[in-house]
Amino acid sequence: MPEVIANIPLNYYIFFASALFCIGVVGVLTRRNALIVFMSVEIMLNAVNMLFIAFSSYKSDTSGQVFVFFIMAVAAAEVAVGLAIIVMIYRNLRSVDTGVLNNLKW
Amino acid sequence: MAVQLFYFLSALATLSALMVVFSRNPVHSVLYLILVFFCLTGHYILLNAQFLAIVNIIVYAGAIMVLFLFVIMFLNLRKDAEQKQPPLMKFIAVITGGLLLLIIVSVLSKVDMIQAQKTGFNSQIGLVENLGKVLYTEYLLPFELASVLFLVAMVGAVMLGKREAGERHF
Repeated sequence: MPEVIANIPLNYYIFFASALFCIGVVGVLTRRNALIVFMSVEIMLNAVNMLFIAFSSYKSDTSGQVFVFFIMAVAAAEVAVGLAIIVMIYRNLRSVDTGVLNNLKW
Repeated sequence: MAVQLFYFLSALATLSALMVVFSRNPVHSVLYLILVFFCLTGHYILLNAQFLAIVNIIVYAGAIMVLFLFVIMFLNLRKDAEQKQPPLMKFIAVITGGLLLLIIVSVLSKVDMIQAQKTGFNSQIGLVENLGKVLYTEYLLPFELASVLFLVAMVGAVMLGKREAGERHF
């Protein structure tokens, strides 16, 4: 059994992952640069990955790690499409500021 | 040793995640994000998930970050180009994030989490052999569907990135 699993309670991993997730939430809410918003979403995804791996290692169950594998695959696809959208927005509006995108605003 | 490493990696990851959110220059944000990914890779290695640690480096620190950096270079963003969010909005956002953290921590700190069992513990689950076996038997259908997802994402990215005639191409 790895040293970390024997000595560190699972709660610590939960606190660490929730801290990362909340930092991501704050990033999405405070920044107006679409790229940074996107990076904050990546941080949130990684916080969830961290938690999946911690649980799967503590329970010594493979399924959690397979889930992380799929999350990574989906994240890669999402980044490719999302960055293409950001490039297209920049090409049309000469800006990646989320405040400019108010056509659908009520 | 590993315990100290856990605290060190956690602190470093949290700090660099904060720097991603609060640094002014987008290129610095990307570099701090790479640091976050490397710290998480260290965590995965400490947890005996070697395969995912390598995949994390290849996919996140390799492919995704190169894509981000490429787009930043491509867009040629000026440092002061970003409009500031109004202070009230910032205040509300930080309060929201803090409350979320407070609620999650206060709820979960009361919970008695399962502890790892000494008997019957399999330390080899994170290796390619075991993961591959599960991936190609139990999760074969999702694995194949992921390839369709990649095809769709590829076509979508090319379609979105294509330049069309005319003033606006939405």
